[in-house]
Amino acid sequence: MVGDWILFFGLALVAIASALGLLLSKNAIYAALNLIINFVTVAVFYLTLGAPFIALSQVTVYAGAIMVLFLFVIMLLGAEQLGNEAALPWQRPLAFILGGILLFEAAYAIFTRVTGAAGPTELPATYGSPAEIGALLFSKYLLPFEVISVLLLAAMVGAIVLTRKHNRAG
Amino acid sequence: MVPIQYYTTLAIILFILGALGVLIRRNAIIMFMSIELMLNAANLAFVAFARAREALDGQVFVFFIMAVAAAEVAVGLALIVAIFRTKHNIDIDQMNSLQG
Repeated sequence: MVGDWILFFGLALVAIASALGLLLSKNAIYAALNLIINFVTVAVFYLTLGAPFIALSQVTVYAGAIMVLFLFVIMLLGAEQLGNEAALPWQRPLAFILGGILLFEAAYAIFTRVTGAAGPTELPATYGSPAEIGALLFSKYLLPFEVISVLLLAAMVGAIVLTRKHNRAG
Repeated sequence: MVPIQYYTTLAIILFILGALGVLIRRNAIIMFMSIELMLNAANLAFVAFARAREALDGQVFVFFIMAVAAAEVAVGLALIVAIFRTKHNIDIDQMNSLQG
């Protein structure tokens, strides 16, 4: 299937380019927009991998809610223009060396350990559907699901406590 | 169907770009976005392996990671706002005292 390859490499190019754009942009708003492009391309990858529910969750939760929160904070702080960076001269070369080592190790692990077939070409029609994931979520993974609800409550309370104005008199 | 190695390779490239972002950039918000990029790369690897094994557990894990990322972003951005209120700066190098 030539179409699959064209789709994969085109989207991979967009994903890597937008990640580089996030790294190199001097404006925080542009960085956030690059990250939104990256999230949407990864959502399309999820669709090609047979995960429609996860793809749509990606668009709504990541590209929607989380990035809107980021943009809110950037606008709120007025931190669009980033100052000149790199106070420590040795930091950038060290970062590239460490990143190169990580890339080498990960590539070694991938090309020696991840082998075998790409999985079945024909999936069952219900694979990745919301019903299947919901059934798994409420049977096998019920306890983690409940723990996640406690975690979200704790995060909500934490965010409110951290940003509350201190009012000693009240 | 593109082989699964291509997806994992792409996930690794995105993860390393995110790690480089955390190491290079000094702006707290950009570092935060790079952390999101790394989480996203891990999610991509999870979904790719779930497809290869034809098991849905990987997709459920991605769902959990999304919830954890949402909680992390809420608390982290609240921290950034609180730091900005006291220091009027979100440069990581300026944050060298624990007491505001």
